[in-house]
Amino acid sequence: MTDFEPTIIAFVCNWCTYTAADLAGTSRLAYPKNVRLIRVMCTGMIDPQYVIKALLEGADGVLVSGCHPGDCHYINGNFKARRRIKLLKEILPRFGFEPQRLRLTWIGASDGIQFAETMNKLAAQVRKLGPSQAKLKMVI
Amino acid sequence: MATTYRIPVADEDLPGALRAFLQAVLSLPDINAVLAPGQLPMKNTVMPMLVSDPEQLAVADPLAPYFPLNGAKLVSRLTRKPSGGKIAAVLRSCEIRAFVELVKLHQGIREDVLIVGIDCLGALNNTDYARFAGEAATEETTRRFYRSVLDGDGGDFDETALASACQACELPTPEGADIGLALFGVNTRQEILAETKTDAGEAALERLELEAAETPAGRADAVRSLVARRKVFRDAMFKRTQEATGTLEDLTRYLAGCVNCYNCRVACPVCYCRECVFVTDVFDHEPDRYLRWAERRGAMKMPTDTVFYHLTRLAHMSTACVGCGQCSNACPNDIPVMELFRATAAQTQAAFGYHPGRSLEERPPLSEFREDEFSEVVGIEG
Ligand code: SF4
Ligand code: SF4
Ligand code: FES
Repeated sequence: MTDFEPTIIAFVCNWCTYTAADLAGTSRLAYPKNVRLIRVMCTGMIDPQYVIKALLEGADGVLVSGCHPGDCHYINGNFKARRRIKLLKEILPRFGFEPQRLRLTWIGASDGIQFAETMNKLAAQVRKLGPSQAKLKMVI
Repeated sequence: MATTYRIPVADEDLPGALRAFLQAVLSLPDINAVLAPGQLPMKNTVMPMLVSDPEQLAVADPLAPYFPLNGAKLVSRLTRKPSGGKIAAVLRSCEIRAFVELVKLHQGIREDVLIVGIDCLGALNNTDYARFAGEAATEETTRRFYRSVLDGDGGDFDETALASACQACELPTPEGADIGLALFGVNTRQEILAETKTDAGEAALERLELEAAETPAGRADAVRSLVARRKVFRDAMFKRTQEATGTLEDLTRYLAGCVNCYNCRVACPVCYCRECVFVTDVFDHEPDRYLRWAERRGAMKMPTDTVFYHLTRLAHMSTACVGCGQCSNACPNDIPVMELFRATAAQTQAAFGYHPGRSLEERPPLSEFREDEFSEVVGIEG
């Protein structure tokens, strides 16, 4: 394989996935350092625009991760997020973004292990896809 | 229950018959004004006019093949708060559908407007209209247009001259209106048929003392064959557009002439935000940021954020796109914006089973959710 290291932007909610990431950190679980976490209060506040911006700026993959259904601290933000991801997965592939570059997961606060595993798997997947088209081209 | 009435046409003068009808509507005690396309006295053109004096309806020209803006926004302006009165608005099918979307977002009051929809004969792009009309009086231009279209022989005008949005429009009949005025499949040299579509429409027409009529047997077929032609055009347009924009590089090429004037979203009736994020401080970047961006890529097109803008707009409103084509009409650089938006909208609307403007009962897809849906987008498999 090449030595391409993907950049992954992960929007994670404060209450679940961020806490899981924290736990992974304090438990000294390794996950790829090219995953950049952006903490938001809830996945329900992630405008599709944030995802688009990340991809156009050259992110090779974008992850949105929040609480499991029923656990969202704002009741249903994660369900709203799921609709937006669905929407983006309809739009972005039309313009050449592989659907695997955008992922949505639910990772609970105590799932430090799952968090690390997910990040490792995701990085491997995106590494296989290669660099994003946005990275290679001049995007107006 | 829908009822059909007959509006007599004398001397083959369709606009005359429509004016008389609108005058009768304006005479109803609860109608304060009529919003309809009207000839501007100072120029050979047509603009929506809010008319309260029945005499002034003499300039109404609802069949003019000119469509300078989507009237949904005007009706929204007129009904965004209770005015204590009611207007009748003559709207095209795509204007009605856009208005219904705005009502869902509390930007209009459906009950405060009596919608009079006319079978839509389509329209020309603004620049094509000017060429088609030449020096002729607006009245004459309109007559040339509707006679060629309704006689089906093309005359000196053929369908391919219509704006592509109209050639691709598969919803030419005014389904969401209170009163629908039928032209397709009707002997328009002698009559126009008024069909009631809601209780409000029924209540209004009942008082106009029109003669009851039957919808002619040929109407359904006439509409069906028109719609079939439109769908052929539409699907070819979708294919062409998808092929031209299949990668980010292609999309960049497609939008290369865009100068970020945002006319397309100003013209878009369903771009519902009071203030677009692209004109806020968020995009008023610090000068040093531009320099950093330029350094990172070596060269950067200015103004920035062009593709970002269009992709964001697709995400924000494509589920509500009614295909009116005003985005393309408004673009100073001839970018086929409508083609891009409709082609994408076809996919996003299908994904949510959403039909913008069809019914007030259908909630905009991004304003609701269900607990058990779209499980396929969760997880990192597949
Ligand atoms: S995107 Fe264009 S075609 Fe669609 S509703 Fe807006 S102006 Fe009309
Ligand atoms: S109207 Fe045309 S030039 Fe202006 S922002 Fe829209 S696509 Fe770009
Ligand atoms: S708080 Fe975690 S998804 Fe809403």
